[in-house]
Amino acid sequence: MDAITGAWQWLTSAANWAGEKGVWHRLGEHVQLSAVCLVISCLIALPVALWLGHIGKGGTLAVNLSNVGRAVPTFAVLVLLTLSPLGKQGEWPTVIALVLFAIPPLLTNAYLGMREADRDVVEAARGMGMSGPQLLLRVELPLAYPLIMTGLRSATVQVVATATLAALAGGGGLGRIITAGFGNYDTPQVVAGAVLVAVLALTVEGALILADRLFDPMRGRRRRTRGRGRRGGRGDDAVAIGKPA
Amino acid sequence: MSVPWGTQLMAQLPASLPTQLTGHHVVLAAARPGGPSCLEANDWICGEYVRTRSQELLDATLQHIGITAASVVIGLLIAFPLALIARRWRAAAGPVLGLTTVLYTVPSLAMFALLTPVFGVSVSVVVTGLVLYSLTILVRNILAGLEAVPGEVREAARGMGYGSLRLLFGVELPLAIPALVAGLRIATVSTVAMTTIGSVVGYGGLGNLIASGMEGFFKAEVLTASVLCVLLALVADLLLLALQRLLTPWTRTQARARSRARRAARVTKAVA
Repeated sequence: MDAITGAWQWLTSAANWAGEKGVWHRLGEHVQLSAVCLVISCLIALPVALWLGHIGKGGTLAVNLSNVGRAVPTFAVLVLLTLSPLGKQGEWPTVIALVLFAIPPLLTNAYLGMREADRDVVEAARGMGMSGPQLLLRVELPLAYPLIMTGLRSATVQVVATATLAALAGGGGLGRIITAGFGNYDTPQVVAGAVLVAVLALTVEGALILADRLFDPMRGRRRRTRGRGRRGGRGDDAVAIGKPA
Repeated sequence: MSVPWGTQLMAQLPASLPTQLTGHHVVLAAARPGGPSCLEANDWICGEYVRTRSQELLDATLQHIGITAASVVIGLLIAFPLALIARRWRAAAGPVLGLTTVLYTVPSLAMFALLTPVFGVSVSVVVTGLVLYSLTILVRNILAGLEAVPGEVREAARGMGYGSLRLLFGVELPLAIPALVAGLRIATVSTVAMTTIGSVVGYGGLGNLIASGMEGFFKAEVLTASVLCVLLALVADLLLLALQRLLTPWTRTQARARSRARRAARVTKAVA
């Protein structure tokens, strides 16, 4: 119980929130780093996945990528990149590590989404005379949307978690509060930092679930035609493909 | 132990060595007839490091295997009853699956940090954190495996007089093994990778070497430990796959029968 009251005291004292090492600054670093890396990974992974899915090739690549991504420790990649010549280039090692670990869930899910789009519907659209790009944008993409969003969600959770680990390799972000606490044997600070990280991760996850519902191009229609089973099934995909960090 | 050997060697070199030689590589080349040592040069790949520190590497690997195995086994022992509860009472399924998913979202560094005041700085922190992560995948996969058992099979077993316990362990569980092992493989591979984070409390197996290598800027130590970690994940994955084949011999005979039937069909077609 000491740890909880200690952490509460740490969190409620204004001094811990202000300044270079304060919570606001660290939170800003964390969110900025995560957002930049997520955008870069989407720009790399989504076009590749949509193209591969559209032409129907590269399935083994997409599946194996996520398996390899799971086996490689994030911590090891962060440290290896920090010790490489890239390590002298400021935040680049962290950015590269985050992007590397965000690509597999994005690519795999988007690819599976494209491949699992109802082939009959796609064939019918082709028969109606839709061109390749039309088919991609108007038929396959809306049908693949749930899985693309699942990939985006697990990539985001992954990026936020990996950004925390960046502190172990000397980077910024909220993880720094935890590692600094471990370094000073300051348990209240460790717990307070952990609470902040957990709240951030859960908030981001919640916000994405909400955004997923709001921006679904087939909102309402999908639910009516397929029932609730489809929606319930989504979480399983996320877990089967995602990887905690 | 995190200081690269080369630095220690340099400190021990007698001052009487020819000083006109510039550059420490040359000095070392004079000290060792075998050319510049890869430890001194701080190379990424260094056979000498593996030879001289084999005991340290072995200890770290054993700790890594121990933490992973304990976490996955405990995870399995907790996940199985949870999956049974979620199957038996529909109302419990939502909270059980929801809670394990929430746990999955918490980053590992934060998870270990939150568990530290509970267990102190000990190996229990790491094992408990990893157990909580493995639950998400294991509960879902066991549940999916049990629910995929065909209703007719269950009816047939009941008709043969199987009680609910014998039905579970004699019929349903064996049929759920492929799904269970699939989950076990995912959980094991990610646990091997995540054990490295345990180095924040000093119990990270090979992660401890990665952390100390980072502090000492010792490239060979970091790369060797990282490669061993990935190899460990691959070996564990293959072992579990072999275990599944051993436990479910009928899937192989089915596959063989199917391919034999296909071959027979092809032959008939060719004859016709």
